[in-house]
Amino acid sequence: MSNSKILANGVDVYYGSKQALFGISMDIKEKEVTALIGPSGCGKSTFLRCINRMNDLIEICKVSGSIKVDNEEIISEKTDVVSLRSKIGMVFQKPNPFPKSIFDNVAYGPTIHGLVDSKNELEEIVHSSLKKAGLFDEVKDRLNEPGTSLSGGQQQRLCIARAIAVNPEIILMDEPCSALDPIATAIIEELIDELRLNYTIIIVTHSMQQAARVSQKTCFFHLGELIETGETNKIFTNPDNTKTQDYITGRFG
Amino acid sequence: MFFWSLVLIAVGIFSSFIYGRSRIKLNSKKQGTKSKSLPNYYAQYVLMWCLFPALIVYFSWAIFQEQIIQNIVISNFEFIEGAVYNEGLLLAEIRNVSNNPSFADGKSIEIINAASHYSSLRQISQISFYTSIIIIMLLGALYASQKLKPEFHAQHTIEKYIQYILIFCSSVAIFTTIGIVFSLIFESLRFFAEVSIFEFLFSTEWYPFIPIREGQTAAEGSFGAVPIFAGTFLVMVVAMCVAVPLGLLTAIYLAEYASQRVRKIVKPLLEILAGIPTIVYGFFAFVSVAPFVKAFGQSIGIDASPTSALAAGMVMGVMIIPFISSLSDDVINSVPQSLREASLGIGANKAETIKKVILPAALPGIVGAFLLAISRAIGETMIVVVAAGTAPNLTGNPFENVTTVTVQIVVALIGDQEFDNPRTLSAFALGLVLFVITLFLNIIALQIVKRYRERYE
Repeated sequence: MSNSKILANGVDVYYGSKQALFGISMDIKEKEVTALIGPSGCGKSTFLRCINRMNDLIEICKVSGSIKVDNEEIISEKTDVVSLRSKIGMVFQKPNPFPKSIFDNVAYGPTIHGLVDSKNELEEIVHSSLKKAGLFDEVKDRLNEPGTSLSGGQQQRLCIARAIAVNPEIILMDEPCSALDPIATAIIEELIDELRLNYTIIIVTHSMQQAARVSQKTCFFHLGELIETGETNKIFTNPDNTKTQDYITGRFG
Repeated sequence: MFFWSLVLIAVGIFSSFIYGRSRIKLNSKKQGTKSKSLPNYYAQYVLMWCLFPALIVYFSWAIFQEQIIQNIVISNFEFIEGAVYNEGLLLAEIRNVSNNPSFADGKSIEIINAASHYSSLRQISQISFYTSIIIIMLLGALYASQKLKPEFHAQHTIEKYIQYILIFCSSVAIFTTIGIVFSLIFESLRFFAEVSIFEFLFSTEWYPFIPIREGQTAAEGSFGAVPIFAGTFLVMVVAMCVAVPLGLLTAIYLAEYASQRVRKIVKPLLEILAGIPTIVYGFFAFVSVAPFVKAFGQSIGIDASPTSALAAGMVMGVMIIPFISSLSDDVINSVPQSLREASLGIGANKAETIKKVILPAALPGIVGAFLLAISRAIGETMIVVVAAGTAPNLTGNPFENVTTVTVQIVVALIGDQEFDNPRTLSAFALGLVLFVITLFLNIIALQIVKRYRERYE
């Protein structure tokens, strides 16, 4: 057995008086791709955003329970959110490059975290991050152009490059392909497969084919509860729970 | 007279409405078909054909009646050979006598004759006014009633008319603006006929006094507006020094840090600041701030005058805080949430996110807000009239008395003066300069704001 990277235990989330997540417990292994699937509004994005404390941005959102990252509790007043987030990169549903140049987009993280001492070093990080995100060859001649001038798929890869530039250990992806065409989606999926070697990846997706293609583990959420979790192969071929069975065969959702 | 005619028109359009409604119902019943539009549209159609011609008659009478009557009276007046007449005074006298016959005592026979002529003309005018209103309304209704057939698309026509009405209303504002601009330009040209434009724009002596009586030994006036522009600029700079940091930081607090509840209370409160009449700010500047500035100046060894650029500028700065904070708050808010999440998701803290992502993204809009605030500041009048003084000093020292374009316009127009000398005409030249500057600032600002909006919406 490989090590637990993230260990969630009894996570409840409330938006105001409405409970969105009910006692989620989950064990996420290192250097694997875990897919969170389920119908809209089932709480999979909410859970994802608990892991890097993104829910802090929502005033009425209350999180309780325990999530441990590398055996360190993160649902706590004392957690250093900044260092947590530098360890956990995030890629969002809609590509959201800053209105800055391609170079500055990737350089943003390393600069604010003081990871580099010289311009050369920064350039090196930017180039290697773009290479890891499979974007370098396409943009190497126009690093000074605005990031927003790229196509949707390229923008999303730019956002991935931006996330991995601070050398995170975990990457959270919140439906990273839902705004992209099939070709761009295929490229990103290939990329996820490569990134798995170095990063622990959690991906929320609406596409069951995508979950089946890219993930090793799959977790099925329904109405704020974690119904079933297991090897992707098993979930998609022989699930234990009838709800899971119904969902993956398209009977609801 | 004009009140009763309004009543007449009201009665006319009311009955035309009723008439149109019942007529179309009758017509469609007769033909046994349903009318293409609802009966009300036909009624409105008749109403409009009654109302608008009547309004045209009404307004042309209101505008031209007096002028025409006066011209007829004057042209029939029996002028006595050799006597000198002032036309305006003569007309006033004739009107007085005609309105109030007891004034006739002691007036010359020509005037009494003219007065009775004037009265009779007015009566004729009044009778023909009512008659023509009634006739034009009847004609309008007659024309419209011929169209009252079930197959006539009254609704389409009404919609077209409504569009014309809307176009007319919006063009009123535009034509008023154009009219003001042209009057500014032409009066300024009269000014520049007497004072060279180079003197006005580049000379540093502002001494707009001219001899009132002939032979008076006052010096020639000089009209170099540089000290005035400099004063305006100085006050504006002081105001922006106050308003930019306060307004921008307020906006950042409201948009990024304040909770929804605080925001809901604070934002309207700030906007109330913008609603305070500027003369009230003027008092405040003169009574509270100016003495404080003077005392402060003395305490650091600068001789400050009782009214100063600093006092006026500071209060003006407070006045324009809400412009900057409210507009900047809007642009900061319209920076997409996804950019905040992206930055925070990488592990940036709030300050870094604001400084490096949100402000750069919102910058064009914020600059637009600054420019609008500047144009507001240089057009502001009452605060500077009360608190900046009227002395055209060419100085960079904010503790001194300065004067601004708007103050000089006020000064030039105070008192009973005809618009025939450079002193009063200078108001138009100054107004033109002010207008051109604020116009350009507004255009640039709106362009910037617009371009920014296009990018994110």
